[in-house]
Formats: sequence, C-alpha cells, structure tokens
Amino acid sequence: MSEFMIDLRGSLGILANPDVMSYLLKGLLFTLGISVIAIFFSLIIGAVLALVRNYCAHGPARALRRIASIYIELFRNTPLMLWMFVCFVMCPAPSFSKGFASLLGFTSTVAVKTLFKATVALTLFTSAIMAEIIRGGLNSVHKGQFEAAYSQGFGTLQTMTLIVLPQAFRNIIPTMLSQMITTIKDSSYMASLVTVELMGCTKLIISKANTYNGTWVDRFNRGTINVTDVFVLFGFAFIVYFAINFTLSCVVRMMRARKRA
Amino acid sequence: METIFSAKAWATVWQYRATFLNGLINTLQSAVVGLVIAMVIGFAIGLMATSGRRGLQAVARVYVEFFQNTPLILQVCFLYYALAYSGVRITVVVVGFIALGLYHGAYVGEVGRAGIQAIPAGQFAAARSQGFGYAQTMRYVILPQTVKIILPPMVNQVVALIKNTSCLYIIGGADLIATTYNFVTGASTGGAYGPAYLVGGLLFFLVCYPLSMMAGRWERRLKARDQMQKGGEQA
Repeated sequence: MSEFMIDLRGSLGILANPDVMSYLLKGLLFTLGISVIAIFFSLIIGAVLALVRNYCAHGPARALRRIASIYIELFRNTPLMLWMFVCFVMCPAPSFSKGFASLLGFTSTVAVKTLFKATVALTLFTSAIMAEIIRGGLNSVHKGQFEAAYSQGFGTLQTMTLIVLPQAFRNIIPTMLSQMITTIKDSSYMASLVTVELMGCTKLIISKANTYNGTWVDRFNRGTINVTDVFVLFGFAFIVYFAINFTLSCVVRMMRARKRA
Repeated sequence: METIFSAKAWATVWQYRATFLNGLINTLQSAVVGLVIAMVIGFAIGLMATSGRRGLQAVARVYVEFFQNTPLILQVCFLYYALAYSGVRITVVVVGFIALGLYHGAYVGEVGRAGIQAIPAGQFAAARSQGFGYAQTMRYVILPQTVKIILPPMVNQVVALIKNTSCLYIIGGADLIATTYNFVTGASTGGAYGPAYLVGGLLFFLVCYPLSMMAGRWERRLKARDQMQKGGEQA
C-alpha cells in the first residue's frame, strides 16, 4: 500500500471515530442554532429599523430615522469580524451558571460568555442587512394598500401590523431564506473567538489530528498531522455546509420561479 | 468603552498610527489583487454560463454553487492548511489573494451571467444576422450593453470583497481588522479598545461607504430609467 493510501486510511479513521463525529455534529447543531437565533432576533430588530427608516419622516421622529439610517449604513459598511472583536471586549454578558455551561457542553462559563457575545455580534450585524431586506419588502407594497386601510378607519399601527407587514413579509420570504444561507456561512466567523460551531470544531480536530489518525505511538513519538487529514476533515465540513446551503438555495430558487409563474 | 474618553488611549493610537495605516494598505492590497483575480474568473464563469453549451454551463454552475454555499473562512483555512501540510511554502498574503479571488469570482460570475441574460435575445440574433461571430457579438454588441446593468452589483461586490479581507485574520493575516485586534491585545500597546476600534472601523467605513452610496445611486437611476421606458411603452 502506498504511503498516501495509508495516510488517507488514517484520516478517514478520524471521521469513523465516534467521539470525533459526535463532536463535529455537536458543532453543526451549534452552527444551526446560532444561525436561527441570530436570524430570529435580527428579524425583530431589522423590522423596527426598517419601519423607522421608512416612515419616521416628519417632526421630531426624524431624529429616530437618522439613527436607524446610521445604524444600517454603519454595519453594512464594516466587516463582521470587527463587530466580533468589538463585542468580545465591550459587550456586556450575563454571568451564566456552571450548570447552564455544562448543559451546553462547556467546561467553563467563560466560553459561554464568549459564545453569547459572538452571537450578539452576529445578530447586530445581520439586523442591518435584514432591515434593508424588509425595507425592500415594505417598498414593494402598493401605496393604495395604505390608503385603502386608512379609508377603512384603520390606525397607523393596525395598517402596519394587519395590512402592510404581512404583505411585505410574504414578498421577501425568498430573500430572507437566502440571508439564512449567508448567516450560516457568517457564523463561521465565530471560530476566531471561540471553538463551538462547525468551523471552529473542525479546526480544533485538525490541530489534534495526530492523536486520532493512527500515527501516535507514545508521548515521545506523537505522530504527525498529514495533508490527508486536512482534506478529509475540511472536506467533511465543506460537504455539510454545502448540503445545508445548497438545499436552502434550491428552495429559494423554486419559490422565485413559482412567484414569476 | 470608557477608553474612548481617555486621552492616554488616544495618544497610544496616535503614536502607533503607522500600524493602522499599514493594516489599511494590506487590506486594500488584498482587495485589489483579489478583485483582479475575481474579475478574470467571473468573466470566464459568466461567459460559460451563458454559452448555451451543456458542459460549460455545468462547470460554471458547479463552481458557483460550491463557492457560494460554503463559508469563505473555511475556504481560506482549507487552502492555507492544505498548502502548508503539502510542504508548499506560501505566504498568508498570497493565500488571501487566491481565496478572495476564487470566492468572489463565483459572485462576479453570477453578476455577469445576470447582466448578459438581461440583454434581449433579439440582440444576439441581430448580431448573428450581420455576420458577427461569438467573440465579435460579445465584444461589440452584448458586453457594452451589460456594463451599465452590472455596474451597481459589481460595486457592491467590491465592498463585500474589501470587508471579507478581514477573514484573513483566521490564518494570521495582517489586514486592518487583524492589525486593530493585535493592537488592542498587544503586550505593549494593549488596552486602548475604544479609540482603536473606532479608528479601525472608521477607516473601513470611509473606504466602503462612498462605494455603497455610489452603487445605490446608480441602481436607483437605472430603475427610474427602466420605469420611464416602461411608462412610455404603455402610453
């Protein structure tokens, strides 16, 4: 057997290791969980920002509109990595109990704090993008809808919540789904702060590949990390990310095609 | 956060201003070279996707789907580790050029494809009827018309590319964000969080915001013109 085949077999053995596999799958769960949480909260923050930026056009409310515009432009024109680091040092985080930390599978509460801060960063960043998506949806609702609602005696709040927002959201569901893809990809930025989601977990396993790939002899001969380990482990991560995001993008394409038909 | 009002922290940042400037230059350098590679790849992908040949279209599709559906950070790490463990001596900067170019090449390709497909089929037929070959049709008839359509999304891609240089931190790059982070955590310079992040972020913003504004304005003007044309047709 060639040296390459031996290395490759060792590398594939890493994935066959149940401890490694369950660790990576836990990372995947975190990737999905973090993305869903970030999307959920950024929907709320984004909706508020979009409404304020679009409709607070008169009187003292204009100051609010100014703030919303600044927030959106600021986050859209600076990288997520900046906000990861900013939140890492500046974002206040509640102190989590030891029990909660071990529930999430962490040995220290510090890691949970970092995870919290990183999720806040991702949410704040995604909110700005979401605000622009929702604004696009609001602008796609015909002006006549407002007038019709007002003429039926609806107040501003009712018009928004019962007439405009439902239509706006229906129009932007495909765009929001593709933002989900972006957010799943963006959650990998967390790997620079804390090892918890798929990207970070994969990187950690690669740095310890010599203990899993069968080259480890004893503590004097610690084995080697082979290039096949890099290919197999990152390859696994590529496949997982691709499978999820490609499925989502197919759904998006289907929805857009149906809308056009 | 209090450090924003600390004169001492600001003094430290000012003292090390060359560091920030250097980071900005590195970021811009990665962005420019990455953009050139992305344009070359994107051009090829765009042409392949609209070529009408099954094989070429499939290649373009697979390329675009792969790069758009996996994180850039993963691509950067993979490239860096794979080359390093194969014994190839390569600098972080070069890995950055290649990774950014490959990733954004997929997006530029999609922008180009959409631009070419927006041209009415009659234009292709007209060019062919005048005896134009494929290259001539593209060069003289189609591409000049696509430029104005793809300009706004292309500029948005440039902004995304500049922002994405920050991914290089993960492999130890020296871009603006990595520089800022290393500055605030450095042994001799550490602690000046507020001013340092403000300066680092502001530099990024100053580069990206004018570009975003420009793209937005072009897009609105294009839309207004389209609507005017549509209105004219209806009348």
